[in-house]
Amino acid sequence: MFEPLQDEFMRRAIAEMTLIGIAGGAMGCWVILYRLSYAAESLAHSIFPGLVLAAIAGAPLIVGGVPGIVVAALAIAVVSRVPGIDREAAVGVVVTTLFGLGVLLALSPESPPGIQEVLFGDILGPSDADLASAAVLTAVVGVSLALLHGRLAAGGFDRAAARSLGTAPGRTEAALLVLLALAIVVAVQGLGNLLVVAVFVGPAATARQLTDRIAPMLALAVAVAVFGGLAGLYLSYYAGTAGGASVALAIVAAYLLSLPAARLLSLPRSARRAPAEATIG
Amino acid sequence: MHAEALIEARGLAAGYSGEAAISGISFSLQPGERMALLGPNGGGKTTLLRALLGELAPLAGTLRVGARCATVPQTERSQLDYPVSALDVATMGALSRLPWWRRPGRRERETAMAALGKVGLGALAGETFGKLSGGQRQRVLIARSLVQDAQILLLDEPFSGLDRPGSERLEALIGTLAAEGRAAIIATHDLDQARRLDSVLCVNREQIAVGAPEQVLDLAVLEATYGGSIVELPGSASRAILPPHHHHH
Repeated sequence: MFEPLQDEFMRRAIAEMTLIGIAGGAMGCWVILYRLSYAAESLAHSIFPGLVLAAIAGAPLIVGGVPGIVVAALAIAVVSRVPGIDREAAVGVVVTTLFGLGVLLALSPESPPGIQEVLFGDILGPSDADLASAAVLTAVVGVSLALLHGRLAAGGFDRAAARSLGTAPGRTEAALLVLLALAIVVAVQGLGNLLVVAVFVGPAATARQLTDRIAPMLALAVAVAVFGGLAGLYLSYYAGTAGGASVALAIVAAYLLSLPAARLLSLPRSARRAPAEATIG
Repeated sequence: MHAEALIEARGLAAGYSGEAAISGISFSLQPGERMALLGPNGGGKTTLLRALLGELAPLAGTLRVGARCATVPQTERSQLDYPVSALDVATMGALSRLPWWRRPGRRERETAMAALGKVGLGALAGETFGKLSGGQRQRVLIARSLVQDAQILLLDEPFSGLDRPGSERLEALIGTLAAEGRAAIIATHDLDQARRLDSVLCVNREQIAVGAPEQVLDLAVLEATYGGSIVELPGSASRAILPPHHHHH
């Protein structure tokens, strides 16, 4: 249990995974409630060339990730203005173009040998700069989500009424996408371009199975992301499996376990709603 | 024309990307007035409601909305799955008065509790919104508009999908609110219901008629409003309107 903690690299991995779990778990709830899973996956893939360029330059991944996301967002805005192309098609065009560009860069002779870290993540080897930037971005995401909580909850529930509630749904959604981009940049360092969506969708979907309210959903999703992530790290440590993939699998396992658990939980809940029957029984 | 009208529209046109979906809309809404908004699906009822909410700028004419408007939309499928209680939804009405970084606190929840009590749902405040009946959900949304302190309620087919007791309860609630001076515009397909309200506004891409129900609702107006979709009900003295997407229950 404590043996892995003797290792410096495991301690760093645990710190990194905790930050990813907080940012990914909390953000993931809004991804689910705003039906942004496709956007999350697209954003993650479209920053690939930026990450590869950062890796080639030997810079922290965040240096390439942030401009990568800005370029992707602008490209999507431009392409969706082309007549006959709706937003979803525009996202598809931009994402595959950018991902292909990233692969070209990654396979070029200049690319360093560790480039697959960008694809599959490097949860076991974050640098000081990686950890520091992840901590700052996680704090920004967490504080912003807390401040925007009321507006996010109202806008996700009823976009039609959000405007008459004075909550500027367009601006709230734009802010949500920016925060999603930041959270992706945090998580992609550890989990890689291909697996990062797991930490946004899995824990929040698990939490949604277990509760009918937003605040407990946020707390549960963070807990599932952090502890599922740590379970994945331990699996990786003892079984010698790939770090990012182990984390993703552990989170998916949590979701699968939540399905029967949710059915068990719903039994006492419905019994509570019918107290007369409960006393007879 | 009263000086204190809550809504004053003159020759209003509104629509999307510069193209008018409705035009020639002229009416006024007084405090305490319950106005039925009649028209076929696609006839511009929703466009008019969105213009009144300030979401669509007038393309022509003038529109003055002199009080806070709140919308009571139909429940969408996604909202049934949304993890909020009746109290959470009613509390959202308080957001209009809070700065962007503040979330509703205890005082706002108390206001929302009082509003839920007023619409007769105090006992169900903790229930998940999606588990309530259709009529209860409409009343939660009305409670939200009370927390918003709206003087004008815009209800989009609030009675569709409700059973008879649910409809009667909702109608009584709207009457109570009107007696307090709140005005309501109620998009509906139910002519009998429209006859029980204070006024009707018939719209089919343009204004067909406006006025007291007994003066306005004759066959010529209804046929202009609904086109050919008025049918005689066999074995009944009254006529029924069959809009394309109206779900019977």
